[in-house]
Amino acid sequence: MTAGNFLFAICAIACLCGALVTVTAQNPIRGAMGLLTTIFGIAGLFLELRAEFLTAIQLIVYAGAVVVLFVFVLMLLGPDARAPSRSGRSAASRAIGGGLFLLTSSLAMLSVGGAQSTLKGFGSAKPDHGTVEAVGKLLFSEGNFVFELATALLIVAVVGAIAVARGRQGTLRKKKIVQSPRDLFAGPVRPRDAEPLGTEAAE
Amino acid sequence: MSGLSDNVGNYVILASLIFTIGGAGFLVRRNVLVQLMSIELMLNSVNLLLVAFNRAHADNMVGQMFAFFIIAVAAAEVAVGLAIILSYYRLKSSVFTDEADIMRH
Repeated sequence: MTAGNFLFAICAIACLCGALVTVTAQNPIRGAMGLLTTIFGIAGLFLELRAEFLTAIQLIVYAGAVVVLFVFVLMLLGPDARAPSRSGRSAASRAIGGGLFLLTSSLAMLSVGGAQSTLKGFGSAKPDHGTVEAVGKLLFSEGNFVFELATALLIVAVVGAIAVARGRQGTLRKKKIVQSPRDLFAGPVRPRDAEPLGTEAAE
Repeated sequence: MSGLSDNVGNYVILASLIFTIGGAGFLVRRNVLVQLMSIELMLNSVNLLLVAFNRAHADNMVGQMFAFFIIAVAAAEVAVGLAIILSYYRLKSSVFTDEADIMRH
């Protein structure tokens, strides 16, 4: 077994185990750690496929930003993130949906696995295939317009995330304006405005 | 020489397995955070497939460029999705999709 095959086997096993842990873990923190394992496995496979730039991007963006964001949100939510759901009304639809998806995707996988591929081995690649320099040149020549669109998308997403997550705190916490001394008191000012005794007990 | 690591079919099988696990998790689980992680699994499997086919047709690098933009879109999606989850949690004190019934009926 060559070193490449060994790396592929290790990364594939890491990907599959991490994906299974992500989906089945009851505690979402364990799920986030499974996602991290899958991301590292896929980064290793990228390295195997001569995509060094994407390996770095995968590790920086996914392992460094996305998983950390998940863990931050899990910390913000605290124990509520793993409390069992109080209602069970969607159990049948979930079972039907998941079963149908598993059936169709396993059929598709069987047909793909049984097909005779004409692409047996990888051919030779250019020496700069997938390096930072080559992909960067491509991004800033052919993909320049799309790159700028991606930057606009990220800016809009960050501003939108802040706007959605902050909610309406600004309007709710408006300071109460005191116009007369009566605003300082919560109850009735004169005794004759007070409700008769016994009515608040009846309420 | 055609081992494990230089055959596109192996990568196709692996990516479809990860995609299936992610899709089933998205459909079966009720926790919104786990559903978002399942979406990340599916996006990662598609990235793997793009890079593998780009390695098979190694005369250009368009597949890697596509994977790069998919990573950018996934980062934006996670930011907005987690903000929506926080907003929903503030509203309902819950992170489960079957309790999101404010707009029902």
